[in-house]
Amino acid sequence: MATRLTKPWMLIADAVKRLHGHLGVFELADADDNVIYIGYAGASSQFGLRAEVSAAAQDISSAVSARYEVTSAYHSRYRELLMAHTADYGEPPACNPPEMLRQITLGKLSPS
Amino acid sequence: MNLELTEEQDMIVGIVRRYVREEILPLEIGLDPDADELPPEDKARLIEKTKQMGLYGLDIPPAYGGPDIDLVTRTLIAIEMSQHRAGLYAPCYGTFGGAGLAQLFEATDAQKERYLYPVLRGEKRGFFGLSEPSGGSDPARAIQTKAVRDGDDWVINGGKLWISGADKADFGLVFARTDSDKGRNGVTCFIVDTDTPGFHVRRIVHTLRSANYATELQFEDMRVPADNILGELNRGFAIANDRLTRQRIPYAAGCIGVAVKAHEMALEYVPQRETFGAPLSTRQAIQWMLVDNEIDIKQSIWITLEAAAKATRGEPFRKEAAMAKLVASEAGGRVVDRCMQMFGGLGVAKDLPFERWYREMRIRRIGEGPSEVQRHIIARELLGASLR
Repeated sequence: MATRLTKPWMLIADAVKRLHGHLGVFELADADDNVIYIGYAGASSQFGLRAEVSAAAQDISSAVSARYEVTSAYHSRYRELLMAHTADYGEPPACNPPEMLRQITLGKLSPS
Repeated sequence: MNLELTEEQDMIVGIVRRYVREEILPLEIGLDPDADELPPEDKARLIEKTKQMGLYGLDIPPAYGGPDIDLVTRTLIAIEMSQHRAGLYAPCYGTFGGAGLAQLFEATDAQKERYLYPVLRGEKRGFFGLSEPSGGSDPARAIQTKAVRDGDDWVINGGKLWISGADKADFGLVFARTDSDKGRNGVTCFIVDTDTPGFHVRRIVHTLRSANYATELQFEDMRVPADNILGELNRGFAIANDRLTRQRIPYAAGCIGVAVKAHEMALEYVPQRETFGAPLSTRQAIQWMLVDNEIDIKQSIWITLEAAAKATRGEPFRKEAAMAKLVASEAGGRVVDRCMQMFGGLGVAKDLPFERWYREMRIRRIGEGPSEVQRHIIARELLGASLR
């Protein structure tokens, strides 16, 4: 299983159309395909990935495209994506609010 | 063996039970069903509370500032501490602290200054790095990570698998082969700082357990000073083995706690839930499930407490610890499964904790030595050296 999300980007509207209420993780990118937000749809989410991607995209005006992975292991996968991004770029994605990140203990990965 | 709790045990168990019900369960309602940590401000507040209760750092020996509580009582406490959704792998979300890696109590004074005391103060975290892709239950043969002496250092190459907490740790105990011809007498335990060049946490290993996940490690020409050997050269197997034996008792206690809570929830539910005009509790099929739960739990408690009592008295307890781990992990799985069945659709929904317990309890039959290895240990103790 790849550590990073490598699926092709889709326009947010197209991604939302395809999504259902699944649990999983997702990334949002700006117009240059830079990852600017990593999120998840957990078991407390009422309408899963569909609702979480829509809500995050509404809050982040620079978000243009999205990609996602349906997984019930969203808890560990979300942390893994944040750690891998931090390993690659030295910091978490620009639009992940620091107050939200302070609520979790992120470890340190050095993915191959 | 006295089957009655002492007055002191009864009081401590009552305090911990109230703490779980009044502090942990209400907070847990607002957390993600797979959460394994509390918001930092809640955790800090609750740690202050367990310190006031005199129960912080339960497993720390009194000589190092821990409360003087015997292993039987600590086992009873562990059963209480795990009676919530995250209880199997994050009992009370770590608010009772812990001794970290007990092997560090045997470290040199310099090693204690650098690793043990910061752990006890809550400033550093450690991990235990034993299992490898080649196996974990037979460390004497499975360890392929190699350490080669180079001047005052050792250079370590290899990898570890299924290692919990390595990505968040400041250091770890890494077991490596230092003499390839000597089997179990060729393994050494090194204390490794996680900022050492060549130390890599390559990935999270995603399993049924999404919380408190495991990681895969890789060591590439990782240079460790000879002073960082824990214990003696080529004597690491004894350190690993001692840990594996001791760990089986709290491991069993966690399984029992979850089973107790699941059973309690079922006992409360079945008189209320009606099917075909009568409460579920009037159905013999349901009654028998509850009876089987009760028997599974009682058997597990007594076998586990016997192991703890033997360990407290300083008697050999390898067989009893293996029996406790085997019986409690298998019984816990059966109890959670039956409770799920009694709750029907609700039982498999993430709204209730059974779904998480079901996934995590399945791992308990494998983690810390699978059931088959526990049976092998018990057989070896019964039949003696011929099986060694």
